Amino acid sequence: MSAQILTVKMENIGNLFKAIAADQKLYLPLEQAGQVQFLPYDPADDSQKVRLDVLNTVRSAKDLFFPQSENMVAFKKQGKKIDIIENREKVEAFTVFGVRACDARSFDILDRVFLSEPVDVSYAERRARGTVVTLACNEPEETCFCETFGIDAAKPDGDITTWIADGLLWWQANTNKGVKLTDKLLSVDAGLFVDSTGEAKALEEQQEKIREIISQLPLHGLSLEYFHKEELKTIFNSPKWQELSEACIGCGTCTFVCPTCQCYDIRDYDTGNGVQRYRCWDSCMYSDFVMMAHGNPRTSQVERFRQRFMHKLVYYPANNEGIFSCVGCGRCLAKCPSSMNIVKVAKTIGGEANV
Amino acid sequence: MCSCSCSHEGHEHDHNHGHEHHADALIPVIGVVTDIRVDTPDVKTFRVTAPEGGICFEYMPGQCAMLSIPAVGEAMFSITSSPTNREFMEFSIKKCGTLTDWLHQIEPEQELTIRGPYGNGFPVDDALAGQDLLFIAGGIGLAPLRSVINYCLHHRDRYGSIDIVYGARSSSDLVDIDELKNIWPTLENTNVHLTIDREEEGWDGHVGFVPSYVKELDFSLDKTVLLCGPPIMIKFTLASLQEMGFDKTQVYTTMELKMKCGVGKCGRCNIGSKYVCKDGPVFRCDELDELPDEY
Amino acid sequence: MQNADREINKEKISVAEMAKQILEQGRADRLMGWKRGEFFYDNSPAVFENLSELDDFVYDLFCGSNLSKFLVKESRKDGKIAVLLKPCDRYSFNQLVKEHRIIKDNVLPVEIDCDGMLDIDKIRALGIKGIKKITVDGDQLQIDTVYGPKTCAREDVLLMKCLTCKDRVGGDRFELVKEIEAMSSVERYEFWRSELSKCIRCNACRNVCPACTCEKCVFDNDKSGIANKANTDSFEESLYHMIRAFHVAGRCTDCGECTRVCPQNIPLHLINRKIIKDLNEFYGEYQAGEDDFSKGPLTRFDLDDVEPDIVMERGGNK
Repeated sequence: MSAQILTVKMENIGNLFKAIAADQKLYLPLEQAGQVQFLPYDPADDSQKVRLDVLNTVRSAKDLFFPQSENMVAFKKQGKKIDIIENREKVEAFTVFGVRACDARSFDILDRVFLSEPVDVSYAERRARGTVVTLACNEPEETCFCETFGIDAAKPDGDITTWIADGLLWWQANTNKGVKLTDKLLSVDAGLFVDSTGEAKALEEQQEKIREIISQLPLHGLSLEYFHKEELKTIFNSPKWQELSEACIGCGTCTFVCPTCQCYDIRDYDTGNGVQRYRCWDSCMYSDFVMMAHGNPRTSQVERFRQRFMHKLVYYPANNEGIFSCVGCGRCLAKCPSSMNIVKVAKTIGGEANV
Repeated sequence: MCSCSCSHEGHEHDHNHGHEHHADALIPVIGVVTDIRVDTPDVKTFRVTAPEGGICFEYMPGQCAMLSIPAVGEAMFSITSSPTNREFMEFSIKKCGTLTDWLHQIEPEQELTIRGPYGNGFPVDDALAGQDLLFIAGGIGLAPLRSVINYCLHHRDRYGSIDIVYGARSSSDLVDIDELKNIWPTLENTNVHLTIDREEEGWDGHVGFVPSYVKELDFSLDKTVLLCGPPIMIKFTLASLQEMGFDKTQVYTTMELKMKCGVGKCGRCNIGSKYVCKDGPVFRCDELDELPDEY
Repeated sequence: MQNADREINKEKISVAEMAKQILEQGRADRLMGWKRGEFFYDNSPAVFENLSELDDFVYDLFCGSNLSKFLVKESRKDGKIAVLLKPCDRYSFNQLVKEHRIIKDNVLPVEIDCDGMLDIDKIRALGIKGIKKITVDGDQLQIDTVYGPKTCAREDVLLMKCLTCKDRVGGDRFELVKEIEAMSSVERYEFWRSELSKCIRCNACRNVCPACTCEKCVFDNDKSGIANKANTDSFEESLYHMIRAFHVAGRCTDCGECTRVCPQNIPLHLINRKIIKDLNEFYGEYQAGEDDFSKGPLTRFDLDDVEPDIVMERGGNK
């Protein structure tokens, strides 16, 4: 743990990226056909456009730890014999830069699922090998409500926290992993950073500014206390789910852009030369999600829609000391084809209590 | 817990020493089907061993395992055998979908993949110990209970009286297992009560649905009940038991929902905040009352 | 439009007033419209069952969603449902009636006017953040934000589908298609690879599409052999999008919902427009959903129809 605050001039930030990418993969918010995603940075590719001004990548940073699909194991079948071939991809060390406070918190939520016993091996490996460099949000959006979950967009978690203020990138390591990356960068290029410890006035001013903006956002003060207090079955049985789910088209947009959604499917692909078992994201919004050979306990979109929000607001907290499975990133607010989202759900179900 | 004694909170240290010592819960092992028995027109019991012989892993009565034929499917099945059997595991499987159709066509020596055990199992060493036990099963519902029954009979001195009520649509749908006809009824302090839904030529036993038969049998109210069968049978039998004066806290049942991971992470088999694969499949009926009616 | 059994706003009253009158006068039991959102721009499709529910009714510049497809389900419920149809939505409605997916007798279609809907994503893409309020000022939008006032041209932030509105003098809707046709095959491949590899396979385009109403989609059917939920590479989604485009060929009304809902802003409508353009060239001009009875170009056979080898003759840019 280090309270040391380093700075690098924003015009030299390319040098920083190059230094990090020298011996490991570096993921940056890059533009791809007009949209911003965490993609591998290639120092040799001048056409790559780094977008530190964009708040939310379309896909959240969870992709780097829980990818949309990954191979688990392969099988070879011969007559009555089956061979198991372990072919899970080896995870190399990597760094992701530019993770926002909300996404950084989503890792804690995913950790509680994937790192609880029995540990999810591939997630654990990616968490162990990945260094998270966060970036404070200078310009929060009206859809942001991370504050509801006690997240401070002016001081995000992460192995390293960074800020952009006064033409500088401010850099502070929070964890051993963060210190290790910082030390390594300094050992390669001692002049990369300037030590600005004790001269962080501009940084503090920027933090104050961020907190001031957040206090003016329309969702400032949103409380989900109702979901802590009310009985699980009362919430489940609310008649409001019917009208809330009316607009839902049953797609997986909210699920797939959500940094905390963690449901997955396990499927086999017959390659013709064997069978590849893989894991991929799945959505409880899909009609076949809980379909069994002898029936489906959630036959309509009302039940599927309710499941998703009950999971985030009630079930997950019931199993995790009251912590909600939402970080207020606002992606579902911006992306739902029918403009239905967790804020509308919370306010409608919670009624006056939540406004 | 992680045996490297690392705290997963904060993730401040690198797991450079690797996680090789974690058995990956999602990767199966090979099981060999050594014997296949036809129990009813649509139920077969598969005997499975590890390739080197013996059981594939340790388990407790009521726990489940994921069986798979790669590229055909993978699904959760309750383990029918008792863990006191060290030679093989058994699975009684009803033909009702892609994977089970396939399994019903295989022949001995077929390999499959198996992983587990999953779920909590019945509280054989806690709540059930010292109790008079009443097992009530309908159709394929005998499969998970058979494991407990044989476990309790193996440890006979740990339990009181044992009553087994078992019903099916017809006599040919009563699973044709040796114990049911030739072993259990002959044991001391153990009673088997069979019933079929409709009159049938050559059947001189009881005729009628399980819920009403249970009432007719008029059991004493100090028994602990283990109930398993189709959802509708569970619902009506539970109602009968309550009418008789049983409390829901005396009744255990097992649930079944779609499962993929078996370890409470894929998000599929939840009833409210509980995952059937991890917190179940065995629930005490009063616990189910706390949960949404979505199963 | 050739359907007489419609509510048409003759007296030019507000849409909210129309909605109120329909429920008040019992002309329908329910009304499908839009409900005010959390902000001013996130209106949701909604069914209103009584006058008090209409308190949340809204019809403004952010009612881009097409309500037609909801009627597949809604028209199967008891009672009559009124539905508000913007000019572009009527094509989808007709097409769904033609395909017997909407039970017409249970629906009261209500034609409403539209001056073009705004796309909040386009406003955000201009770098405008923290949006609090938008006021229309002629051709300009005055945008009140957390970061101070901003302006932009209304034309620049209209929904894609509004730029070439079928009922107004829109631009040439095939303009971009022609540009892509003019690309070399390598450029064209790169263009689509770059766009389609963004796809996260959320199925929003399919689920919103009024031409996609199969009870069970091949992509959800494990037995179809193509129900892949994951890709071997980032471009494999092209298969999904191409199959879908071919399945809606001749039936796609070019309502633009696919592109509106895509979380990755993939211009999916261009694939459909390419097919529409080709169909027009092969079989003569045809607008799916123009009416609710005529046979489409691919469900009709004429002796002088083009032969399959037209593909060879036309070639394409190498």
